[in-house]
Amino acid sequence: MILKGRIWKFGDNIDTDIIIPAQYLAHTDPKVLGSHCMEPVAPNFPREVKAGDIIVSGTNFGCGSSREHAPIAITALGIPLVIAKTFARIFYRNAFNKGLALLEADIYDLVQNGDEIEVDITTGVIRCGTQEVTAKPIPPFMVELINEGGLINYLKKKLEG
Amino acid sequence: MTITEKILAAHADKDRVEPGEIVDCRIDLAMANDITGPLSIEEFEKVGAKAVFDPEKVVFVLDHFTPNKDILSAENCKKIREFSQKYKIVNFFEGGECGIEHALLPEKGLVVAGDLVIGADSHTCTYGALGAFSTGMGSTDVTYGMVTGRVWLKVPESIKFHCYGNWQKWVTGKELILHILGMIGVDGALYSSMEYSGEAISALSMDSRFSIANMAIEAGGKNGIFPVDDKTTAYMKEHASRPYKVFESDADAKYAQVYEIDVSKVGFAVACPSLPSNVKDAGELGGTDIDQVVIGSCTNGRLEDLEMAATILKGKKVRKGLRCIIIPATPAIYGEAMRRGYFQTFLDAGCIISPPTCGPCLGGHMGILAKGERAVATTNRNFIGRMGHPQSEVYLAGPAVAAATAIKGTIARPEEVL
Repeated sequence: MILKGRIWKFGDNIDTDIIIPAQYLAHTDPKVLGSHCMEPVAPNFPREVKAGDIIVSGTNFGCGSSREHAPIAITALGIPLVIAKTFARIFYRNAFNKGLALLEADIYDLVQNGDEIEVDITTGVIRCGTQEVTAKPIPPFMVELINEGGLINYLKKKLEG
Repeated sequence: MTITEKILAAHADKDRVEPGEIVDCRIDLAMANDITGPLSIEEFEKVGAKAVFDPEKVVFVLDHFTPNKDILSAENCKKIREFSQKYKIVNFFEGGECGIEHALLPEKGLVVAGDLVIGADSHTCTYGALGAFSTGMGSTDVTYGMVTGRVWLKVPESIKFHCYGNWQKWVTGKELILHILGMIGVDGALYSSMEYSGEAISALSMDSRFSIANMAIEAGGKNGIFPVDDKTTAYMKEHASRPYKVFESDADAKYAQVYEIDVSKVGFAVACPSLPSNVKDAGELGGTDIDQVVIGSCTNGRLEDLEMAATILKGKKVRKGLRCIIIPATPAIYGEAMRRGYFQTFLDAGCIISPPTCGPCLGGHMGILAKGERAVATTNRNFIGRMGHPQSEVYLAGPAVAAATAIKGTIARPEEVL
């Protein structure tokens, strides 16, 4: 599957309190959560981002709390993919459970805010301008889980027996 | 094998496991709170589950936005209450039975050595202090655990922190974990197990061990874990009624890295805004004006912390214009602090005593910061906007520095006010 999108750059250690501040955690409505995404560092982000845009970040994206509200807020804005040098581990699991694709690749210094990139989610090949970077492959176990339609669909099938 | 590998192997019914291997494990407990619980329940309903795997092994603790801070929080708690009634959840905690989850569960004896616990809260790693494997996850993974009694895990590599030497007065486990975060950074233990050992660890109280294990996640760690010793077994004897199992790392266990730490060199570590790894000594931060001090949370709301704060605050006054909020982590800690006279000390000093709640730690309620305000907190995170306005700041410290700061009004070491 090929994704084409405009880039939003965020630096290292983007924590879950930035992605969705705790004051909004009593909400479970994705639209409300999306409308406060990245608010502490980029208050205009939810208004300016367009469906299909892609987040590019540095190391340890999604560090901090276990709140699934974080990947929910990102996907609510129509963002299908985050590319980062590394991800925090709870966020990594949560994103796949919530249908947000993640790729580990070091492209932060190769791209500018607003650049268009093209990503082959299956092969992990990222094209930014003339450059091509291949992301670290998604672990085979996660690929299997994705092919099952995610953890919840896997569980549903299991319960239906 | 390491202690972590042994616990995972035992719960996967395997003789041995290797780092990087994916294992399907039995769980002993699955927990969620008033923030993550509603999402877990939504997923539970989506899959059409008819029951939880074991009503005694599913736990809900309504501790974050309680006593209910607004209508939405009240609705969330109501949703969990009704779910708990419907599915006959035994360990549902709210109201006067409720404390901060990671202080409450060990105190109630719900976690013992050798357990495998998952919780929809990142600080679930706290129970490693008991020689258990515990880790935080999202609501969906915890739903899977609540329904099936199982979890998939990648066996983490282990990093060993071997600690020796004598502790300086007033220095606790909190200063050690801040010191370690300063050394290795907020992703220094990414996907890894943080294992502690050595004479300086044996010398630590259980309360201090809980606060070290609690902040494994601040280094990106999967779990923090301690060997079981006399203090651990004494703690479990007092709090738990079910049997425990002691696992020990083998002498030839493999570690990705081993750090040797002389704790006599650990001073009054303080994490400056806006990362827990941005660590300086309190002595370097003198003159930093502080508007609020918070002594509480799943990291430092235990009796040892309150005792230390009371010792320093006894006969002193909180600096005029500064709010000092004390949050005992559980009703039992609250009651004991009251019986020991700490409450009178805190009230005489001009502190606010809050009911047990996560409250201000995550900017929920009970002590939110205005634009430009600064807090010293014994909590675990100082990210941008963590305790309120995006332009407010949080300095993370141990209980002694927090109490001294409350008296002086600027970041202070205890000897500056005694």
